[in-house]
Amino acid sequence: MLAYLIRRLLYALPILIGVNVITFALFFVVNTPDDMARMQLGVKRVTPEAIERWKAERGYDKPLFWNDAAAGTGKATETIFFTKSVKMFALDFGSADDGRDIAREISLRMGPSLAVALPVFALGLFAAIAFALLLVYFRASYLDFAGVVLCVAMMSISGLFYIIGGQWLVSKVWHLVPISGYAEGLTAAKFVVLPVLVSVLAGLGSSARWYRTIFLEEYTRDYVRTARAKGLSERLVLFRHVLRNALIPILTGAVVAIPTLFMGSLLIEAFFGIPGLGSYTIDAINAQDFAVVRAMVFIGSALYIVGLLLTDISYTLADPRIRLQ
Amino acid sequence: MSLPMSLLRVRDLSVAIGDALPVEDVSFDIAAGETFALLGESGCGKSLTALALMRLLPPAARIASGAVRFADTDLCALSEARMRDVRGGKLGMIFQEPSSSLNPVMTVGAQIAEALRLHGDAAARERVVELLAAVGIPDPARRAGEYPFQMSGGMKQRAMIAMALAGEPELLIADEPTTALDVTIQAQVLDLLRALQRRRAMAMLLITHDLGVVANMADRVGVMYAGQLVEIAPRAAFFAAPGHPYARRLFAALPDTAARRSRLATIPGSVPPPGTRHAGCRFVERCGEALPVCHAAPPPWREYAPGHAVRCHLPALPVLAGKVGVTEGNPCGTGGTVADAAAPGGAPPLLAVSDLQVYFPIRKGVLRRAVGHVRAVDGVSLVLHAGRTLALVGESGCGKTTVGKAILGLQAPSGGALALDGAPLAGLAPRRMQMVFQDPYGSLNPRLRVGEIVAEGLCALRLPGDHAAQVRELLAQVGLDAAMAGRYPHEFSGGQRQRIAIARALAVRPGLLICDEPTSALDVSVQAQILNLLGDLQARLGLAYLFITHNIAVVDYLAREVAVMYLGRIVERGTTEAVLRGARHPYTQALLAAVPRIAGGGVEARVAGDPPSPANPPPGCHFHPRCPRAEARCRASYPDETTLAADHVVRCHFPA
Amino acid sequence: MIKPVLLWSDLLFFLLIAATFAGGWLAARTEHLRLAWRRVGRSRVAMAAATLLAAFLLIGVLDSLHYRERLPGDGENYAVEVRSALDALLTGLRTRQERTYSAPLATHLFAKESLEGDQGRDFPRLKHGGAHLGADTAGHGADLLAKTVQGMGVGVVAWLVLWLGFLPARQAAPHLAWDAVLATLFALCLVAGPVLLLAQGYHVLGTDKVGQDVLYLTLKSVRTGLLIGTLTTLIMLPAAVALGLLAGYAGGWIDDVIQYLYTTLNSIPGVLLIAASVLMMQVVIDTHPDWFATAAERADARLLALCAILGITSWTGLCRLLRGEALKLRELEYVQAARALGVSGARILWRHILPNVMHIVMIAIVMDFSGLVLAEAVLSYIGIGVDPNTVSFGSMINTARMELAREPMVWWSLAAAFAFMFVLVLAANLFADVVRDAFDPRASR
Repeated sequence: MLAYLIRRLLYALPILIGVNVITFALFFVVNTPDDMARMQLGVKRVTPEAIERWKAERGYDKPLFWNDAAAGTGKATETIFFTKSVKMFALDFGSADDGRDIAREISLRMGPSLAVALPVFALGLFAAIAFALLLVYFRASYLDFAGVVLCVAMMSISGLFYIIGGQWLVSKVWHLVPISGYAEGLTAAKFVVLPVLVSVLAGLGSSARWYRTIFLEEYTRDYVRTARAKGLSERLVLFRHVLRNALIPILTGAVVAIPTLFMGSLLIEAFFGIPGLGSYTIDAINAQDFAVVRAMVFIGSALYIVGLLLTDISYTLADPRIRLQ
Repeated sequence: MSLPMSLLRVRDLSVAIGDALPVEDVSFDIAAGETFALLGESGCGKSLTALALMRLLPPAARIASGAVRFADTDLCALSEARMRDVRGGKLGMIFQEPSSSLNPVMTVGAQIAEALRLHGDAAARERVVELLAAVGIPDPARRAGEYPFQMSGGMKQRAMIAMALAGEPELLIADEPTTALDVTIQAQVLDLLRALQRRRAMAMLLITHDLGVVANMADRVGVMYAGQLVEIAPRAAFFAAPGHPYARRLFAALPDTAARRSRLATIPGSVPPPGTRHAGCRFVERCGEALPVCHAAPPPWREYAPGHAVRCHLPALPVLAGKVGVTEGNPCGTGGTVADAAAPGGAPPLLAVSDLQVYFPIRKGVLRRAVGHVRAVDGVSLVLHAGRTLALVGESGCGKTTVGKAILGLQAPSGGALALDGAPLAGLAPRRMQMVFQDPYGSLNPRLRVGEIVAEGLCALRLPGDHAAQVRELLAQVGLDAAMAGRYPHEFSGGQRQRIAIARALAVRPGLLICDEPTSALDVSVQAQILNLLGDLQARLGLAYLFITHNIAVVDYLAREVAVMYLGRIVERGTTEAVLRGARHPYTQALLAAVPRIAGGGVEARVAGDPPSPANPPPGCHFHPRCPRAEARCRASYPDETTLAADHVVRCHFPA
Repeated sequence: MIKPVLLWSDLLFFLLIAATFAGGWLAARTEHLRLAWRRVGRSRVAMAAATLLAAFLLIGVLDSLHYRERLPGDGENYAVEVRSALDALLTGLRTRQERTYSAPLATHLFAKESLEGDQGRDFPRLKHGGAHLGADTAGHGADLLAKTVQGMGVGVVAWLVLWLGFLPARQAAPHLAWDAVLATLFALCLVAGPVLLLAQGYHVLGTDKVGQDVLYLTLKSVRTGLLIGTLTTLIMLPAAVALGLLAGYAGGWIDDVIQYLYTTLNSIPGVLLIAASVLMMQVVIDTHPDWFATAAERADARLLALCAILGITSWTGLCRLLRGEALKLRELEYVQAARALGVSGARILWRHILPNVMHIVMIAIVMDFSGLVLAEAVLSYIGIGVDPNTVSFGSMINTARMELAREPMVWWSLAAAFAFMFVLVLAANLFADVVRDAFDPRASR
C-alpha cells in the first residue's frame, strides 16, 4: 500500500515535468519574446527600444536555454527556461505585469475561491445523487421518464444562461441577494449563495443522468437478485446494496476534483465578482498577462495530479477488494 | 401427477417475454422433503420457471398465466409485501454464479445477518457463525468477517447456501448450483446439499443440465424442452427407461464409457427459438420416430407407469433401438469408428514438450521488482504422436490452458523446450498447429462474415489457390452449408459456431489441433455432434489432438492417452485405460470419484478444501494438504516420477 | 460576376459531409451498422432530432458557400468582403440596418432620442422596421396578425409540398419513423412561414446595438457552432483512435509512453490550456498579418486553430476509453485465434480491433458535439473563443450581456442566442442518446 503510494508520487514527477515543458514550449518556443512584446505594445509603430525595455522588465531578455554570457552555473540558471520554468517547482512564479508577486496573490485568492467551490462540490454531489436515486427508485415509470427528459433539457442549456438568468431573477427581480461582489467573514454568505445555487443547478442535469445510469447498471447485477431472493424490500435493496456499490465509482470519481476546487470557477467568479483564482485567471487572460497564465497552468496541473493520487487512495479505502489485497 | 401432500403445486405456469412464451403450461408438484430435479438444456426455460416461482422474473418477463400454490397460499395472488415474507422465509434460492451473486462490498456475515434479521432472528451474530459452520466453512467466526472476494468459489457457494438457509425455508430452489464449480468442489457442495436436506427435511427444486447430478440427487425428475415439461418420472424409472424421445436421445448423446470408440448418437438440428409457433409436438423436427400426428396436434400427457408421465404421441417404448440409458458392460473398442492410429514405430513424436515452464512475475514494492512467481506451468513434459489424441485434464487454474497457449506460441514460455517432428520450435508455427477455443461466442469476430473468418489463415499466410473454393470445401468438411459463408456469426448457434472455428483452424492444414475445452460451453446434444466431427476429422485427415478439458467423460470417450495436471504439474499420465481405470495418484482418484455418473454409485467427495494458489504452492507434494494419505515425507519433498508400466507414470510417494 | 472562395473551414466541412455520406454508404453495406442505424431510424425522438439537425445543417452548408462579389467597373477587382450563399439569400436582413437597438417586431427604436426639430424626446421611427406602414403605425397590430396568419398558411402549403416530396422515401423505407419527421417539419414550417413574411417588413428578433438584425446574426451563428462541434472531433479522432488502440494492443513501453502523453496533457486544466494556446496563437496570427488576404480568412484561421486546440485538449478521454477496450479485446479468443494463424499485428488492429470499437468512436462523436457547442459559447465569452469578427452564439452573448444592466432590459439578443443554442444542443443530445443506445451492445434502456 505504502509502496504503491510512493510509486504513484514518483510517477507524478515526470508528469509535472512534462506539463512544464509543454507550457514552456507554448509560451516561448511557438512565439519569441519579441513577438509577445510587439503584440502587447501594439503591432505597428513599435521601436526596438520599447521591445527591449518590455523584455527587460519581465526578464525575457535572457537566452532560452543557455547563457554563454553568464559565468559558472549562471550559464544554465540565467536563462528563460530556468527562471520561468524550473523555478516554478519551488513555487516561485515571479511577478505579474502589475508588479505584484504572483505566489502571494494566489495564496490570498484561494479563500474566496474555496468559499464558492467547496459548497458547490458538496451540494452538487448531494443533489445529483439524491435526484438520481429518486429516478432510480421510480425507474421505468413516467416520473423516471420525465426526470430523464428534464435532465437532458437541463444539460442542453448553456451554463451562461443559468448565470445570467439567475442573476436577473434572484437579484434584479426579487432583490434577494446582491448581484455580485464579495466580503470577508460571515457576510460572504449572502454573496456566495447565488453563485453556489446557480452552479449546482447548471451541473445537475448531466451528473444526475450519469449517476442514474450507474445505479441502473448496478441493478442488473446478480447480487441484486440474491438480495431480493432473501426477501429484502426494494427500498433496502436500493439503499443497502445498490447504493453502496454504485457510490464507489461515484465518490472516487468525484475525489479527483477536490484539489482543483482551489482554482475556483472561471465563469462563476467572473460573473459574480468574486476575487478568487478564477477571476484572477480571467483577468490575466484578458490582459494577456503571460506570467500569471503560466503560473495558473502549473498550479492547476499540480492540483490535478494530487487529485489523481487522492482518487487512488480513496479507491483503496472504499473498495474492500482493493483494500485487502 | 398430483401427489397427495404436495408442498409446492405448480399448475399451467406460463412466462411471457413480449409475445414469446419461453415457459408454457408447466405443471408439477413437489412434496415436503423431496428433491425434484428440473432437467434441460440451455434456453429450455428451466431457470425462468424457478424465477417465476419466486416472482423474481427479470423486468422484461412476466407470468402470463397459471397458478403456484405453496402449502395453502397462492403465490401469484400475494401482494409484493407478503411475497417478500415468502422469499427467504418459505422459499430459499441459490444461484449458479457464486462470485457475482454475493454483494462484493459487504462481508459475508453481514449478508447472512441481513437475511436472519428479515426473518425475525435477533441473535444474529451467533446464528451467522452457526450457519457458516453448518455449511462446512472452516473457522466460521473469522470467515463471517471476510468479503466474498477473499473466498474461493466453493466457499462462496457454501456461504450462499448458508444465506438461503437463514430463513429456515421449507423449499430450497437451487439453480445450477454447481455448474460454475470444479468437479471436486461440486462433489463437496452436492454432498452438503444432500446432507442439509436430509437433516432439515427440506424440499429442494434442483435445476440442472447435468444428468449425472440428477442421478445422484433427485427423487423425481422433470425434463424440460423448448419451454415445456415433456416428462416427469421418479428417478429410478427415468434412468431405467426414459420415455420421451428427447430424453432417450440425451442419454445416447452422453460420451461415457458405453459409447467409447463408436459414434455418439446426436440429436439433429437445434432447439426451436422461443417465440416459434408450434402446431404439434415441439420436438417433432428432431425426432426420428415422428408420426404424422406429431406434426398436427400437441401431444397429450400419457401415464406410462404410476408417477411416470410423458408428453408424447408415441406409444411407450421401453428401450430405444440401439444403446440407451445406462448400459453397462459394453466393452471398449468395439465400435472402432473413432480413429486413433496405432503408435508409429521409431519416428519422432509429432510434439515433444520437455520441462515446459510458464512463470508470471509477481511485482511488488516501489520499483515493481518481481518478488516471486506464479508458477502457472511448472515443468510439464508431454509426448504426442501424429494422429493420436492426448487429453490434458485438470481443474480450473491448474495451468492446462497455459500449457496449450505456450505450445502454440501465444504465450512465451519461461523455460523448457518444444519440438515438432523432432525439430526444436520457438514461437508460432501456424501451418503446423492450430487451436480451437472454448467459448464459441468469443472466438469468432462478430464483425466479419463466416467466409472471411474461415479464410483468415489462408490470407494471412498467403496460401496459394482459390480461397473462396477452399472456404466452401472447409465448410462442407465441418458439416456446414457453403452458402453460409456470406453470413455473420450471430446468426449461428453455439455448435455451428464451434464448427466454423474448427474450419478456420483446419484451413491452414495443421497436423496438430489444440482443443481448449471445445465442448464445455455446449449442450450435451451439441457436444456429441462436435465430438463426432472431431473423430471424423481425425480419421480422415490424420490429425493429432491435444485435448484440454475438465470433463472426464469426454476424455474417456475420445483420448488414447491422458495427463492429469494439478497446480502446474502433471501428477499422473498414461493410457486412458490405465489412468482412468487404474488411477494411482490420490488426486486422480478423487477427481474420478467426484464425477457424478448416471450409472449410480453416487458421487464421493474424497478431497476436502480448495486447491491452493499457484503463487504460493505448499512445500513438498502440492497435493498433500488435501491428500488423505499424506505423511511427513509428502510435506518435505515433491515426489519423483514412478513408472508403473510402459505407459503409466505417476508422481506420488505412494505409487502402490 | 462572382469569384467563389473556398475557406479552409469550408473545405473541411464539405469533406466531413462527404465522409459522412461515404460512411453512410459503407454502413448500409455492413450488416451490424445497418441494423444499429435502423434502430436509430425507428426512434421517433431520433428522427425528430435528426430533422432539426438537418435544418441547422442546411443553414450551415448555405453559409459555407463563400464568394467575393465583383466590384463595379472594369478590371478584375473583387470586393474585400467574403459573403456566403446565406448572406445572398438574406440580403434584405443584412442590409436593412437600423441605427441601434429595437425590440422584436418594433416600429420604433428602443430608446428615446431628441428628435429633429423641437418635438422633444421620443422614440424615433425605424428606418426599415414597419416601413411599409408609413408614418402612421396604427395598423401595426393588425398587420402583424395578418402576416402571421398568412405566414402560417404559407407554412402549411410548404409542408404539404414536403409531405408529397417525402412519399417516395416513405415507401422505400417504411420502417423509419417518418411521422416524427413530418411532425417536426410541420412545426418548423409553422414557425418559419410567419417569420419569413414578417421578416420582409420587420426585425423579427429586433436589432442589436449597431442596428444589425438579430435574426440574421443568429442564423450566421449556426455555422460556427456546427463547425466547432464537428471539426474538433474530426481533428482529434485519428490521433485518439490510433494511439488508444496502439497503447491497448501493443502494451509494454509503447503503452507507457502513450499513457504518459495523455496523462500529462490531461492534467493541465482544459480551460487554461485552451487559454494559453489561444493567446499564443493570437500572437502568431497578429504578427503575421501578411498570411491572410481577407479578414474572413483570418477569422477562419482562428476558428480552425480553435478547433485544433479544442481537439488537442479533448482527445485524451476517447484515447483512454479505446485503450481500455483494446486491452479487453486483445485477450478475446478471436484475436488469439488470429495470432495463432499468423495474422500480423497491424492487420489484427485493422480487422479485429478497430471494427469492434467503432461503436465507441461513433458514440463519442455524437456525444461530444453538444458539449463543444456549449463550450464555444463559454470560451468566446471569456475572450478565448472565435475571432471577434466571427458571428457565433458566444460572441452574441458576449456583446449582449452588457445590455442586461439597462433599464428596461435589452433581452432579445440573449434570448435569441440561447434559444437557438438550446434547440441545437437539445436536438444533438437527444439524437446522441438514441445513437448510444442503438450502438452500445449492453445498453440498458
